[in-house]
Parts: sequence; structure tokens; C-alpha cells
Amino acid sequence: MTELAILGDFVSAFEFIFESRESRAGTVQVGGLEEFGQLTLTHLQLSFVSLAIAVAIAVPIGIYLGHLGRFQFLAVSISNVGRAVPVLALIAFFIAFVGVGFTNVALVLVLLAIPPILTNAYVGTAQVDPDTVDSARGMGFSEAQVLTRIELPIALPTIFGGIRTSAVNVVATATIAPYANVETLGIPIINFNVYGGTGQLAAAIVVALITLACDAGLGGVQRAVTPKGLKLAANPSGAPKRRLFGLIPRRSVQPS
Amino acid sequence: MRRHRSILLTLLATLLAALVVAGCGGDDEEGGGSAQQPPEGGGEEQSRVIEPIPGAEQTSITVGSKNFDEQFILGEIYAQSLEAAGYDVEKELDIGSEVVAYEALTGGQLDAYPEYTGTALTSFFDVELDAVPRDQGKAYEQARAAYAEDGITALPPTPFENTYRIGLLKETAQELGNPTMISQLKGRAGDLSISGFPECRQRTDCLLGVEQTYGLEFSEFVSSESPYEVLDTEEADTAFIFTTDGNLATGQYAVLEDDMSLFPPYNVTLSVRNEIAEAMGPEGQAVIEAVQEPLTEEVMQELNSRVAVDREEPEVVASDYLNAFGFVQG
Amino acid sequence: MSADLPLAQVPEGFFTERDPEDLDCVAQGGFCPDWILENFDRYVDPFFQHVYLTVVSLAIGFAIAFALGLLAHRQRWLTGPLTAITSILFTIPSIALFLLLLPLTGRGNTTALIALVAYTQLIIFRNVTNGLRQVPSDIVDAAGGMGLTPMQTLLRVEVPMALPEILAGLRIAASTTVGLATLAFFAGAGGLGAEIESQINFKSNVVVAGGLAVLLAAALDLAVLGLQRALMPWRRAVAA
Repeated sequence: MTELAILGDFVSAFEFIFESRESRAGTVQVGGLEEFGQLTLTHLQLSFVSLAIAVAIAVPIGIYLGHLGRFQFLAVSISNVGRAVPVLALIAFFIAFVGVGFTNVALVLVLLAIPPILTNAYVGTAQVDPDTVDSARGMGFSEAQVLTRIELPIALPTIFGGIRTSAVNVVATATIAPYANVETLGIPIINFNVYGGTGQLAAAIVVALITLACDAGLGGVQRAVTPKGLKLAANPSGAPKRRLFGLIPRRSVQPS
Repeated sequence: MRRHRSILLTLLATLLAALVVAGCGGDDEEGGGSAQQPPEGGGEEQSRVIEPIPGAEQTSITVGSKNFDEQFILGEIYAQSLEAAGYDVEKELDIGSEVVAYEALTGGQLDAYPEYTGTALTSFFDVELDAVPRDQGKAYEQARAAYAEDGITALPPTPFENTYRIGLLKETAQELGNPTMISQLKGRAGDLSISGFPECRQRTDCLLGVEQTYGLEFSEFVSSESPYEVLDTEEADTAFIFTTDGNLATGQYAVLEDDMSLFPPYNVTLSVRNEIAEAMGPEGQAVIEAVQEPLTEEVMQELNSRVAVDREEPEVVASDYLNAFGFVQG
Repeated sequence: MSADLPLAQVPEGFFTERDPEDLDCVAQGGFCPDWILENFDRYVDPFFQHVYLTVVSLAIGFAIAFALGLLAHRQRWLTGPLTAITSILFTIPSIALFLLLLPLTGRGNTTALIALVAYTQLIIFRNVTNGLRQVPSDIVDAAGGMGLTPMQTLLRVEVPMALPEILAGLRIAASTTVGLATLAFFAGAGGLGAEIESQINFKSNVVVAGGLAVLLAAALDLAVLGLQRALMPWRRAVAA
């Protein structure tokens, strides 16, 4: 397969996104901005809702356990192993209990998103310097204040790192939603007979772009919530860490 | 932490032990399970046992199949019978949907796979749905001619055809007055939801065609790969199903026939690359014809039900079938 | 042979009798311990196939990402572009990647391994570079002061100090790979995912095959934890 041919494929895929055309079987119109817009919207809705619920569940639990410094096995090991659960199996399994549809897929995506967030919330909170925590207690902070005013700000970058990872996983996995009757960008990928290889590639490109955007966006948030002190500690010269999300190399100040 | 870990380790050790034991001891289960006895006829019953064809071992045949139960069973039946005839057989089942399978066939990754006449004509050879002859024999002839232009030999078709139906729970059918034809849904489809595989909604050989030809407008389309699950949980009132579906054998469903002949015939023809078909010669092709001859709609549905309902493996179901009808012994 | 024989008679008892009012556990697709015990051996080959896919892709993936991480640590300007590339690989939906590779590398293990290796890169690369970057610079300076060359410092001082973070990345990559390998059947590579898909409405099947995947992930997790303990006995068990 020559490089030109691959390039040609990509160009046709881009065209597919913007122009609507006849399907492979010549029966319906597929492709085009309107359809992709709708699919993308559903995809994003599903991803956002699932991620939000996962954050609401995993962050409080993770922070709490991290603050106590207990149940590491649950927060880290079991949580890690949870990443291995096959998504397709979960969807099929839940059909019997909640049927098909948005609830089914959202439930599955929530379960998928929890492990990285839970682990990172735990680790971020637990790794806060114990001396700092002790001196805060010594100064008369209540446990709740220690948690919210000391541990949380320091743990925030790590927590957002976990949310980033989950966001990427969720957006990528939402392509499987059509198996439970939810129309996301997975439709052109799965329905090869109607959309053809071009449609498949087009949808994959859109998903990849959305994922990168989410990753970059959350990366920006992560940097924004990093307390200034931590930023300076990591980069004493004060030079800007990265430009354009790492695509332009920063000036290196350390001896190489 | 230590206590949790040692529990987990014990569990894992037990599991690994079980796997090793199962792996070592499990091989004799194949084919021995529910083997049917060949007919104990009187001496008049001639032997159907497939005899090895001299020189067959020189020919290597890669048998493929598409990605659902009936295809796995058929692929296994053809593969096992060709093996009994002495050919050097490789299996590449579960290749994918029809387009993927046909590309693999013409590209040489596969030497043969079972395809449906109607599917071949509409999907590969761009024949309009209503232009396909509704006579099974004529449809096969048209497919055979079209395949020949692509260098593929389409062997004679199976007795059964596997075409579209609309299925519903018996209770739902009773509420509707026990219809037996799709056209009887006219005017009432607005209260009914229908389920189908994801592509179905946009295909004229599925929902689109039903809407246009029968003039039906369903209230909702439920996209799912498991029509019977969706019917059982009442996510959908009706669903697109197929004539030989194994789940129909449970007796829980009512079936509506295609009375306006929207759908073309769908008999199975083993489509074989020309070089392999020539290498097989008349004797090899005769094996295929013999082995598929008992496959009526009832028999095929029974085989499908053993996979879909009894959860047996297609390989075992195929070998039981060959045993039961006397093509293979033991 | 066949043309002269009369039509085959369907043998007695060929058709299974089923009573719609009284379907057994298996027919109803529920959780049936008896069936599981009887049919457990059908999961053995797929399990080992799954182990193969996971372990091989982790080994290859780790080797590549580790080397890239070391390289990026030495040549800092590489970190940005490499992170971008591994991110892009990771964002491609797995089913799409398996399907897109098919025409290029054919059906089977190779295609699956290529995709799985690609997915391990981001996690491991990121953890290697982060781990190395977090090594306090005074320790690096001290090593230089003791006469170690930069390469020696890297291998004998920085990498060991970065090990907890690196191994944490390996742990995450391990369980993520086990999960992704369940979709490898789209590339024709078998594995536990193929078993799940073959009887996707049968809860016993889904639970056993899915459960085996989870147990594999747990075993790998413990293995890496054990490795961590072995390499750094002086540290308490460190969180991921």
C-alpha cells in the first residue's frame, strides 16, 4: 500500500465527514456534517454524563480513603484489575437488567471510568507529605479542613490526571454504544456495509480528534489547578513548561 | 493487605490448577457428547460414509465462514466432510460480514465459504432487490453466472433457505389477533417497536424495504445484535429474525411470513475459487452436495438450536450431524 | 456416490424436544454452575491464547516504551513529540484500529499484537519520563560528582529511583491490555473475547470468560507487585 494511497484514503475520509453521499448499498444518504454532527453530539453527551457520574462517585471515595491512608488494596489493586473487565461483556450482561439504551451504556462507561479516577484520587491524597498534614493538625485544623485546605489542593493535579485518563478511555469506548441501541460515532465504524471503509476511517478520525481535544483540555485544567508552589518545585527556572501542549519543545534549562 | 493478598493467591493457584487439569484432561470430550447413532437400517440402506478420494491430500482447501451461528455450523460441516474425503483442510471461520468474506475469497485468503444467493446478488453484484427472481432455482442460476465472471464457482444450493421474518413473543401475537403475515401489521405498526441489527434501518433488504413495500411505519427502531433478548425483555415488540434461527425452537415466538415476497431467495451455495473447484473435481463437489442434501429448514433450525439454546460448540454440532446422517462414522 | 442414494432419512430422535413453559437454566441463558463445571475445558485454549497476547504485547511494548522514555529523558525535546504520537495511538478506538490493520497485516495474532503494543506505549512512556524527571537533581549531581558518566548515572541511579513510577505504569498497562485483548477477536486473534462473543447472551459464558480475564489481570498485577518487592525490598508497597 503506497503512501499516496494512504493519503488518498485520509482525504476521502475527510470528505466523508463534510459531504453526504449514497451508502454502499445505494439506498440511503450517509455521511455529511449533519449526520456526523448528530453522532458526535450523542457521543459527547454519553461520554460527559458517564464521566461526570464516575467523578462524583470515585473522587470523594478516593480522597476519603487516601486521607485515612487505608484500604489501599481496594483503591489501587482492585481498581486496577477493574480495567480488565471486557466492555462488550458488560453491555450484554446488563441488557437483562436494564435493557438496551442510554442507561445501559452509561452504566458500563461509568464502571469503566471509575478505576483510574479512584486510584489517582487515593494516591494523590495519600502521598501528601505527612509532615505537612501533621503540622496542619498541630495548628488546629480539623480533619475536614486538613482534607479540603491542605490535601485536596496538593492532590488536585494527580486527580485530574486520573480524570484525563478516564476521559480518553470513555470517549474511545463510546464507539461500542450502537450494540446497545445508542447512536454514537461507533455507527460508521461498526456498520461497515453501509458506510464502507471510508466512513469507518472518517469516524475513527473524528473520535481521535475529540479524544485529543479532551485530553488537551483536561491537561490545561490540570495545569491550571496545580498550586503555584508545586509548579515552581517541578521547574525551578520558571520557564514555561510547554507550548501548544507539548508539540513545541520547551527550552531545556537543566544540564542534559 | 497481606491477608487479602494470600486469599487472592490461593484463589489464583486453585484456578491455575483447574486450568491445567482441564487442559490436560479435556480433549476426549470432543464429539463424544451427544453423538446420535447412525440409522440402524436393514441391509438395504446404502452407506453414505464419505470415502477418501485418491489424490485429495494434494489439494489444500481453506474453508471460511461469516460471523454467525449458522455460518459456523455450515463451515464446520463442509470443512469436516472435505477432511473426511482426504483433503488438506484449513478453517478460517468467523471472517466477518459478507463484504469482508467476499473480499477474502476473491483475494485468495479463503478458498471457499457458504454464501446466500440473495445476499450475493444484492451485495456483490449490484442487483436491485426486486430484480432478483423469487424462484429459488432461478436465483441460484443468476448468482452462479455472476460468480463465474469473478472466477468463483457456486456449487449447487442447499434445500433450505434462510430468509427474513418478523418475530414476536407469542403473547404479543395473541394481543394482535395471531397474525401470520407481515402485511397483517398494516395500520397497526404505529404502536409497535421493531428491533434489528444496527445496519438494518438503512438497508432496503431490511427495515427500509419493509417500510417501503408493506407501507408500515413502526413507532421505534431498536438497534441490537440480540433480537431474542430484546423481545424477551420487551425492549421491542417485534424484531427482524431469520427462518432457521435456533431460538425459534424454544416455541416462545410467533413468526410473520413475507407474504409480499419482499425478500429474495436465500439458499446457501458454497462459493469456491475456480482453481480449487477444479482441483476438487466432480468427486469433491459430489461430497459437498451429498453432505448438504439433508439440510431442510427443520434440520438446519435444529442444528442452530443446539448452538443457540443448548450452547453447544458448532464444531461438535457439525460432527454430530455428520455422524447422525451416516456421512462419518464414530 | 450421492447421486444414486435415496434421500437421507432423518434419524429417530434427531429433533430435540423443548417445552416453552419449562426451559432449563442453559436454555434460559442464566447462570448455571453445573454447565460451567462440565464445559470449563472450552475456556482453556482461549485463556492461554489471551495470556499469550497480553504477555507478548506487554513485553514488546515495555521494551519499546522504556527505550523511548530513556531517549526522551536524555534528549528532552523529544518528550513533546513522542507524547503526542503515543497519545494519538491511544486515542484510536481499539475496534477501529483492529479493523483498519486487517488489510495491511492480515488476520491473526500479528495484527492484534501490533495494536495492543501501540496501546501500551502512552501509559508506559509517560510513567517512565515522569519517573525519571522526578528524580531529585541533587542526587543526579552527586552521582556526577562521584565520577559516574551520564549513561551510568541514568542506569544505576535514575532508573532505580524511578522504578516505582515505571512499574506502576506497567501495572496499569497490564490490566488495560487484558481488557483490550478481549476485543482482539475483531482481528481474528481469538482469546477470551471470542468466547464471550460466541455466546454473548448466555450469562454463564459471559461471567466465566470475563471472570477469567479479570483473574488474569489480577495475576499480572500481583506479579508486577512481586517484582517491585523483589527489586526494592526496602520500600513499603507503593501505590500506583
